[in-house]
Amino acid sequence: MAIDFVARGQDLELKGIRKEFPGFVAVDDLHLHIPAGEFFALLGPSGCGKTTTLRMIAGLESPTKGQILLGGKDVTSMKPHERPVNTVFQNYALFPHMSVLENVAFGIRQRKLPEPLDKAQKALELVELEHLAARKPQQLSGGQQQRVALARALVNRPALLLLDEPLGALDLKLRRQMQIELKAIQMEVGLTFLHVTHDQEEAMDMADTVAVMNQGHIEQLGSPEALYERPRTAFVAKFLGQSNIFVGDVLDSSSGTISISVAGSKVTVLTERSEKQTGKIAIGVRPEKVQFLEEKPEPNSELNVLGPGEITDIRFTGVSNQYQIDIPHVGEVTVFAQNIGRSPVIELGAQVWISWKVKHSFGLSDLPSGTTEED
Amino acid sequence: MAFVAFGQTPKTQVKTQTKSGRVALVLLMPGLIYLGLFFITPLISLIMASLKQPAPSGIIGQYNFGVEFGNYAYAVTQYAPQIFRSFSFAFIATIIALLISYPIAYYIAVRARDRPLLRGILLTLVIAPFFISFLLRTFAWKQIFSNDSWIVNVLKDVGIFGADSYIIGTNFAVIFGLVYNFIPFMTLPIYANLDRLDMRLVEAGSDLYASPATTFRKITFPLSLPGVISGTLLTFIPISGDYVVASRDFLGGPGTAMIGNVVEANFLRIQDYPTASALSVMLMAAIVVLVSAYVRRSGTDDLL
Repeated sequence: MAIDFVARGQDLELKGIRKEFPGFVAVDDLHLHIPAGEFFALLGPSGCGKTTTLRMIAGLESPTKGQILLGGKDVTSMKPHERPVNTVFQNYALFPHMSVLENVAFGIRQRKLPEPLDKAQKALELVELEHLAARKPQQLSGGQQQRVALARALVNRPALLLLDEPLGALDLKLRRQMQIELKAIQMEVGLTFLHVTHDQEEAMDMADTVAVMNQGHIEQLGSPEALYERPRTAFVAKFLGQSNIFVGDVLDSSSGTISISVAGSKVTVLTERSEKQTGKIAIGVRPEKVQFLEEKPEPNSELNVLGPGEITDIRFTGVSNQYQIDIPHVGEVTVFAQNIGRSPVIELGAQVWISWKVKHSFGLSDLPSGTTEED
Repeated sequence: MAFVAFGQTPKTQVKTQTKSGRVALVLLMPGLIYLGLFFITPLISLIMASLKQPAPSGIIGQYNFGVEFGNYAYAVTQYAPQIFRSFSFAFIATIIALLISYPIAYYIAVRARDRPLLRGILLTLVIAPFFISFLLRTFAWKQIFSNDSWIVNVLKDVGIFGADSYIIGTNFAVIFGLVYNFIPFMTLPIYANLDRLDMRLVEAGSDLYASPATTFRKITFPLSLPGVISGTLLTFIPISGDYVVASRDFLGGPGTAMIGNVVEANFLRIQDYPTASALSVMLMAAIVVLVSAYVRRSGTDDLL
């Protein structure tokens, strides 16, 4: 079933890439290294420069400055059709006047390799669409078109496969299924995948390494777990999952912890989990790490406690309940509690305290937008 | 545009009749009445005229009803060179117009896509000739190419032309005039088609190792075929029947007459109505046959 791949994936290196468009800078001084065979995700909101980056790697845009190296070779000035890179486009961009089989065979034919139709047929088998080879693309469903686009790119055994939000047009269930298939195919063929997406769940689910991009530069890069447990900037903390962020001046930093003052209460973070040690800093915690209590807990150096506050919103989402708690002078805090039948019966308007373990706090290198050093 | 009319009219009629018959019929009435009055009636009249016999009185221009198929045989034997010339001129002029128009349409639709001002100016330039009458423009070319024009004089001075060479009345002048007059009809349908060209498909082509030339040949051009077919039909059909450009009053000469000129002469000067009608019917039949074969061959069913 698998295509016999001779070429393996190659590593990609971006050195100081900058891309200017009239009136704005889309990508600024971007450095990135993707090892061969890795599933790498470039994650960011729309307009962050991720698609521009992908287009520069494909050769569809040329960088204003910087170098693109593929397998150690400089490809910056190569034309798109000369690069050993293939793209699965966001809208699939299947050729409407060709059959599915001819679409898949296109790249092989252009490179004048033998047996284009046999290879295309095998690639269609890989994505389980061999029975639709004779159809025209517009006769297929969105998910099938997506798989044809994938087969059309994979059949060329590119050193690097670029995926430009390829699952964006699919419904949730199909997207889940395609994510699993895509990951399985990547493991099977061992190519280097660069996946551009704005869907943080998709990026975390599939990628070995995720780079979070914002306003033309990479905010943070790492494994999905590392990014989630230890976001370094307020942007990453908020874009990748949800976070509660508290800002305050450092009260004391000793014995491996840093404490800040938040509306008269103390919030503590482990020094090793904080980017900044002095001045005004932001400390965050993930909503599912926070608990709420109906009575004020005993002071405990292992716990951060804030409150009391009022529950202003309760949302039932199936596996968990999401609570909004408004704490005077602190602001809104989000808490996720799993639906395992053990959480206290809490109603809207109830007075509660919140607490979380000090070791779950993370200290950010910057402050959330809207707060300044002078506050 | 044109082939859409050929291919889809029957389908829509069937559909509307089966679905909400009465309303559709009422809405179709004006069109049907118009077609009945101004297409079917003259067509029948033309066919009947083509079968008439000369009146026994022998007066020129007097004909009686009859079933004289000999009119067709006479028209073919008498005017075979003009019939052949019409289709040759139409074929050559259509090809030249396509070669000139496609790059224009491509530039306006694709290259100037992000420059609305340039695009507007170029489109206006393509349409601008319509602001002046077809006859006046053709007459202007007669002046430009006339025997004492500077073009002819320069050609004589540099030795390309001999002392008694001329342009007006030659095949070149007629084909030139036909191409010139029909370029907008070729350019606009191709432009309208290329305007919808999805550039992401072109990018996909280059991503899949196709050079710009191959991408054009394998993707852009095949996708623009409906526009090319519309344009060639809108050019070929009217050129086949054109009687202005090739006439001696304009760019033609004694040796350049096309069917249109013969039909005109037979109707208006010789008053041989049966021969003129027979020629018209044959021209129409030939165009229908050629165009159907062409549309079928280009496989428009498969095109978008």
